Amino acid sequence: MAVRRRGGMQSDPDIPVDLWVTCRKCGGMHYRPEYEAALRVCPTCNYHDRLDAAERIALLLDEPGRFQEIDADITAADPLEFSRPSGSYVDRVAKARALTSRNEAIVCGIGPLQGRPVALGVMEFGFIAGSMGSATGEKITRLFEHALRHRLPVVTVTASGGARQDEGLFALMQMARTTAAAARLGEAGLPHICVMADPTLAGVTASFAAVADIIIGEPGATIRFAGSRVVQGTLRRRAPVEDHTTEWVLRQGMIDLVVPRRELRETLARVIGHLAPAHVTAPAPMAARAARV
Amino acid sequence: MLEFERDLDELRDHIAELERDAGADSNSHVVRELAVLQLELEARTADIFAHLTPWQRVQLARHPQRPHTQDYIDRLCSDFTELHGDRRFADDPSVVAGLATFEGRSVMVVGHQKGRSTAENVERNFGMAHPEGFRKALRLFDMAERFGRPVLTFLDTPGASPTLDDEKRGQSWAIAENMARLARLRVPVIVTVIGEGGSGGALALGVGDRVLMLEHAIYSVASPEAAAAIIWRSSDHAEEAAAALGLTAPDLLRAGLIDRVVPEPEGGAHRDFDTAAANLRAELARMLQELCAQNVDDLVSARYAKFRAMGEHQNVPAV
Ligand SMILES: [Zn+2]
Repeated sequence: MAVRRRGGMQSDPDIPVDLWVTCRKCGGMHYRPEYEAALRVCPTCNYHDRLDAAERIALLLDEPGRFQEIDADITAADPLEFSRPSGSYVDRVAKARALTSRNEAIVCGIGPLQGRPVALGVMEFGFIAGSMGSATGEKITRLFEHALRHRLPVVTVTASGGARQDEGLFALMQMARTTAAAARLGEAGLPHICVMADPTLAGVTASFAAVADIIIGEPGATIRFAGSRVVQGTLRRRAPVEDHTTEWVLRQGMIDLVVPRRELRETLARVIGHLAPAHVTAPAPMAARAARV
Repeated sequence: MLEFERDLDELRDHIAELERDAGADSNSHVVRELAVLQLELEARTADIFAHLTPWQRVQLARHPQRPHTQDYIDRLCSDFTELHGDRRFADDPSVVAGLATFEGRSVMVVGHQKGRSTAENVERNFGMAHPEGFRKALRLFDMAERFGRPVLTFLDTPGASPTLDDEKRGQSWAIAENMARLARLRVPVIVTVIGEGGSGGALALGVGDRVLMLEHAIYSVASPEAAAAIIWRSSDHAEEAAAALGLTAPDLLRAGLIDRVVPEPEGGAHRDFDTAAANLRAELARMLQELCAQNVDDLVSARYAKFRAMGEHQNVPAV
């Protein structure tokens, strides 16, 4: 898989950034080439470190080069002309675009997963913490609609801080919109498998992700409804420190299984094989763009 | 009492005092003074309410004396029969629901329920529903569909309950499952934001064919305190957050995210429950009539299209 150095990793200025990686969960130090070869899984605590969308697509598809991205031209508008003390929303989006080389916090497209074409949506955590605004919701909705038209199974990979506050109620409505699109896919007998990666929070957990037919958690991911700052703002007391990890959520009965990264592609193919209509063939995606992974 | 209501209340007290002193006496001087004071009260009320800031609307939406779901049910419906429990875990008093007659029709009503006294608010968790509250609603949405009864929902919550216990019982899942169900429900659904429409906890009852808001209700991606905690890293900036989030009924009507603003009586719904309910009744009756006449497939398609259209994006060259 493609290995790129950016985002995700915590670095210490005293240590040559190229050679050592510090695990964000346990603080363990790992020799980077080995860590990357292990798909960024911590050998000490089994935390599955964040991947960017390109790395995730490379991990899941047979030949990443055959990924045909759709709706890559969609980006955020600024319906509230919103500004934070740290800067305007327009600036945040511009910075996120420059940082990630993406126009939005999700990358969508069609590609082969163990020989079967799937509609794949991978969230880009580096883009404003993977938050869901109108454009993100538009892309997710289009992905489900595209899959419905072409009778494809859907795989989503979530990594998100939740609804994008800068868009106010527009952002909240993306929860309803994407969930409605996911529900319509289900009525048509097409499966939706969601992989919850680190972190999957709030407005994304509580929408299209939670209504997936099968939910797979990545080991060590934080999966929860209310972020600590929201709890503090609402209840005016500190959020409980218990971690809301994949394993904990599995024990509560909220997800189907936890799958190590190395086995993710094979597991996805297996469950899709059980659920997807047998006669699915590879269609040409509408308005497909050249592969760019 | 809210700060900006204090002057009005002093004036109101003064008028009441004069009226009491005057008694049956129809001294023309007192009558004239009363008339002048009454006019002044009306003018000042109208002036304040014509220039409400977003934060003042937040305060009105949360006014402890504001009518809550049960107050509207009592005034809008006859023979309300409350139904309890999610058949899974517990009954959640922060959601009230049941069968009732509205304008001669059997309907399912479901709403968040805040309390008025401290004890009642503790009992009702300040209107912050637990997963079992949302699952009670889900059970009754299913029942409404099975028996072809329209659904009326009332939104009035600071947000879904965010404690560890709520996480344990799958708060995210409860909210998502309700939205998915409401989005595809094969009976008419009318949503009214009567007070606070807070975040996912509101939206879990908020997907319908029509979305109405009371004039001084608010509807927001997060409570101003939570948004301030996220954006300014401190809930002390709630007033600024309220202004920035565009959460008032007129703002949201302009944004195309709600269908109608229901006028409140002068001085706010808490001044006159009956008028507030009568105004809402008129809108609900008209809309329900219209929706019940529609073919069910068309109804569900139109509901999908309605939420499908909520969002603003732009197209730029792919990077
Ligand atoms: Zn570790």
